[in-house]
Order: sequence, then C-alpha cells, then structure tokens
Amino acid sequence: MKNNVIGIIAFVLIVAFFGSPFYVVYEGQQAVITMFGKPRGNVVTNAGLKFKVPFFEKVHKFEKRILEWDGYATEIPTKDKRFIFIDTTARWRIKDPLVFFKSVQNEKIAQSRLDGIIDAAVRDVVMSNNLIEIVRSSNRVLDTSEFSDTDKIFMDEGALEEITVGRDKMRDAIIKIAKELVPQYGIEIIDVRVKRINYLEKDRQSVYQRMIAERNREAEKYRSEGRGIKAEVEGKTDKELKVILSEAYRQAEEIKGAADAESTEIYAESFGKDPEFYSFVQTLESYVTTLNKDTSVIISTKGDYFKYLNSRNEN
Amino acid sequence: MGYQETPWDIDPDKLLKSLTGKFRKKFFGKTWTIVVIVLAVIALMGSFYTVDADQVGIVLRFGKYVRTTEPGLHLKIPFGIEQAIGVKVEKNYQEEFGFRTQSAGGKTVYSTRPYDTESLMLTGDLNVMDVEWIVQYKKKDPYKTLFNVRDIIKTLRDVSESVMREVVGDYTFNEVLAKRLIIGDTVRERMQTIMDKYGVGLQIITVKLQDVNPPDAVRPAFNEVNQAKQEKKRMKNEADEVYFKVIPEARGTAVKMVQEAEGYAAQRVNQAKGDAARFDLTVAAYSKAKDVTRRRIYLERMKDVLQGVGKKYIVDPEQEGILPLLRLENEK
Repeated sequence: MKNNVIGIIAFVLIVAFFGSPFYVVYEGQQAVITMFGKPRGNVVTNAGLKFKVPFFEKVHKFEKRILEWDGYATEIPTKDKRFIFIDTTARWRIKDPLVFFKSVQNEKIAQSRLDGIIDAAVRDVVMSNNLIEIVRSSNRVLDTSEFSDTDKIFMDEGALEEITVGRDKMRDAIIKIAKELVPQYGIEIIDVRVKRINYLEKDRQSVYQRMIAERNREAEKYRSEGRGIKAEVEGKTDKELKVILSEAYRQAEEIKGAADAESTEIYAESFGKDPEFYSFVQTLESYVTTLNKDTSVIISTKGDYFKYLNSRNEN
Repeated sequence: MGYQETPWDIDPDKLLKSLTGKFRKKFFGKTWTIVVIVLAVIALMGSFYTVDADQVGIVLRFGKYVRTTEPGLHLKIPFGIEQAIGVKVEKNYQEEFGFRTQSAGGKTVYSTRPYDTESLMLTGDLNVMDVEWIVQYKKKDPYKTLFNVRDIIKTLRDVSESVMREVVGDYTFNEVLAKRLIIGDTVRERMQTIMDKYGVGLQIITVKLQDVNPPDAVRPAFNEVNQAKQEKKRMKNEADEVYFKVIPEARGTAVKMVQEAEGYAAQRVNQAKGDAARFDLTVAAYSKAKDVTRRRIYLERMKDVLQGVGKKYIVDPEQEGILPLLRLENEK
C-alpha cells in the first residue's frame, strides 16, 4: 500500500515537471508534433487520446474545421469607372498542417496572408469587368411588363444590357486566382463570396439624385393625368348637360308644335263652316276687351245701334 | 478549444439523496472510507447528464466523438474522460439582417439605423435598395454544426448577405418591391445549397423579406409619387362629384320640360276642341234663325261694349258744328 502511494506521487511529480505523455485531440482539431522545433512523424488528424514522448515532444494543435475570413470593405473602380466598395468574405481551412506550421505558424499570420491574396484577386477581377457584371448573375429576362413608360426611363441606361461574365463566373475567377496562391501556406480556399457592394458616397449621391429626379417625373405624370381626367370629366359633364337639356327642349317644342297644329286644324275645320259668322262673333267679342273706361267713342246716329235715337222707323 | 455549448453539469441534489444517513454513519470512522466516498461522489457527479427535450447530446471520449444521445438522463464515464455537449436540434433560430429586435417579449422595438450597410444593395437596374430580411434555421445535424465549421452563425450571415445581393442583383427595383416571396424562396434554396457544400449541418427553414424600401435619401420622392397618385384619384373624384351633382338634376329638368310641353299640348288641343264644339253648336243654332240671332248677338255685345267705355259721344252727321266744340284732349 505504501509503495503504491509513493508510486502515484512520483508519477504526478514527473508529469508536473516533464509534461504528460498523453494529450487529447478533439473532433475538429488536428495536431503537429515537434521535437526540438522540428516536426516529427505524421500529422495527427483523428480525434482521441494520443501518446507522445513527454518533455521532448511538443504538440501544436490546429483547426480542422472550416474557418472564416472577412476582408475590409475596399474601394475598387470597375472597368466602366464606377466607384464602388466591395466587402468580400471567404471560407478556408488548414489542409496541410505541416506546411501551415512551417510557413505561417498560426492563424493570425495566415489571416493576414489571406488578406493580401484575396484582396488582390478581387481587385484584379472587379477592375477588369463592368459594374453590371458583378451585380447581375444571369441574363434572366427582367420583367418589365408591369412597368409604365416612366418606370422604363427610371432604369439606369445600359442596366438591362446582356451580361457576358456575371457574378458567378467572377466569383469562380477570384477563387481560381486565390486558390493558386494558397497551397504554399498549407491552406485550401473553399469559397470567396462578395458579401456587399455599394456605390461610394460620391457616386451614391448621384445615383440618388437620378432616382429622385425620375420619381419626381413620375409624380408629375400622375398629377398631370389627374388634371387631364378632371378636365375630361368636366367636358363630359358639360356635354351631357347640353345634350340632355337641348334634347328636352326639342322634344317639348315638337310636342307643342304638334299641339298647335292640331288645334289650328280643329279651329279651321270648325270655323270654316261659317267664316262670316265667326268673324262677326269674334269681332264683337273683341270690342268688349279693346274698348274700356279710358276709351272715348263717337258714335254716329246713322249706325245701327243708335239709329233709333232719331227714328223709330225702319230705314 | 471553446465550443459554443457548455459541458453538462449534473444535479447534486439527486446524488445527495442517494447517500442515506445509515450508509454514512457505518463508515464514518475510517479515513480511507472518507477518501473512497469522496472519490465515489466525484465519480457519481460526473457520471450523469441530462439531455433536454429539444436537444440531443453529443458524447466525446478523450475528444473523440462516440455517440449521440436522445433526451433524458444518461450515464457517461466520469473524470473528464467523456464529455457531453448539448445541441438544440428542435429550436428555431433566427438571424436578422438590416435591423435588430431590441427587446424580445412584451413590446418589441426595432432598431434599423446602424445596419444600413447590411441592408443597402444594388438592384439589377443599378438602383439602390434597402432590404431587410430574416433567416430562420435549425441545427439539423448536431455533429456537423460542432465540428465541420468553426463559426456557424457568421458563416450563415455571410452567406445570407452574399446570396441576397446575388438574387436582388438579378431583379429590377420594381420587381423586388413586388416579388418578395419569390426572392425569399430563391435565397433560401441557394443558401441551403451553399451551406450543404460547406457541411455546416444547418437547415434553412425560411428566408423572409421584411421591409423593402428605397434608400432614406430617396424615400421622400417615392412618397411624393404616392401622394401624386392620391391626388390623381382625388381630382377624378372631384370632377365626378360635379358630374353627379349636375347631370341627374338636368335629367329631371329635361323630363319636366317634356311634361310641361305635353301639358301645354293637351291644354291647347282641348281648348281648340272645346271652342270648336261651342262654335259648331252655335252655328247650328244660328243657321236656323240667322237674322234675329245676329241682331240679338249684336245688341248684347254692344251693350257690354258701351257699358265699359268711358266717354260716349253720339253724333248726328247731318247736324254740323257740334264736332268742333268737343274738346277731345285733356278731358279730365
């Protein structure tokens, strides 16, 4: 029992002083073993409990997982002299830990190597293409069916040009350039993607100005259309008003005329039976109204009415 | 080697209950027993772990993956030989782009201001657009989420921003406004393809476009267009109002005019008929005794006439000289 206790204590002391003969490699890790700074044996890529020579051998662990790379947003002019800034992101992994260990030692240095490589690749490809090529990825027919004419004007000139490269091919080109440069660091580039593109402040303002101008034009169009519709309806109102009233007037006059004609016929037919008697009666009748209080009449006794003032005899 | 999920802790209460009082008393005297019990307690404490209902447990032995466990209480080898990591495979995670939800639960406040760089993008017609969206995903393959890609959230965000710009870049400004669902679906599909290529182990459930707007600087101009549209409607309404105010009245007036004419016609014809009938009857009677009737009518009428006349002068044409004496003017 006593020997056991001493044995355990001795083991603990050895481990504390010289280092453990065991080490653990986790899932998603890989390790390079060095002795006096020189790599020894194979790279450890499997997870689990591993054995090493204590004190002499050192373990350097590296990520086996896919790692992120995030560049700074950089200003790059396109081939058609549009000033944009581009923010790229990449995914990479340590493919050969031994080469990686020898050439860049650690991830921090690797990241700065990638900064240079990917930035240059992006710059190369973007500068040799027009802006539209990196914005669009296909020659998909843009749906303009719902557009009014102003909307069509609203589109940037040349925006609907056919693209010959497109975003996908540009990405492939960037990846190809970058891929060629990284094996020396034991790195594999998995993907490089343009995360953000936008106009630079100066260019952006002019794009905004254009957008505003076009929208103002559209607003004016609607206002003008409004005034047009108003005038149209006013005209229609005026027209219908006149049509309705004149139509009614015509109808009314026709009806009255017909009635006048009918009554004239009736009178003519009736009075025609004895025109002389008619004028006798009517004339006498009219005297009643035409001669009134303000009228003075001088009547001869020779007339029929007063002839009896002078004589009772028949004339 | 920092994983995002923390290793399991076991519940000490449960373990203390398992060591009964009787058990403790019996072995209390001996030092070795205490050492053994302490070791046993440590071993027991490290031997249990619970996996919650929405999780699975990933168990590593000396860092190497050995098994996946379902929800419930499980055993593992203690003393750090086996480690258990919980991954919430049932949970729906959400990432927001162009805005952040400030406080979950209760009143939700959205903040958008500082996230312009996330949401401003170029459309296929080279205009600038402000697109806000969310991505919902699940950790479908727990092993992959832990061991294939280091920063899965950043990877998801980078890919989402990249793909959203790729898709919006293929649509015109107006199309983006109108086709949010299609764009969201396309982004989801392409994101899934890329995530699978990386082997991230995430399942993209949905990509939903939220606010889709022109950039702030341009927005007033867009609002003005909307105002102009309203104005157009208003002007039409105003004109219509006048139309509906005037025309029905005019139709009424027209009917009135025609009716009045018809009334006039009826009156006129009836009057004529009446007059004619009266005359006809009179003539018929007159023709029976012409002379005397004529005299009678004459006398009757003359009586009426002379009754109404103001001054009457009766003159005998054979008596000369009277006429000049009459002062016809200024009689009154």
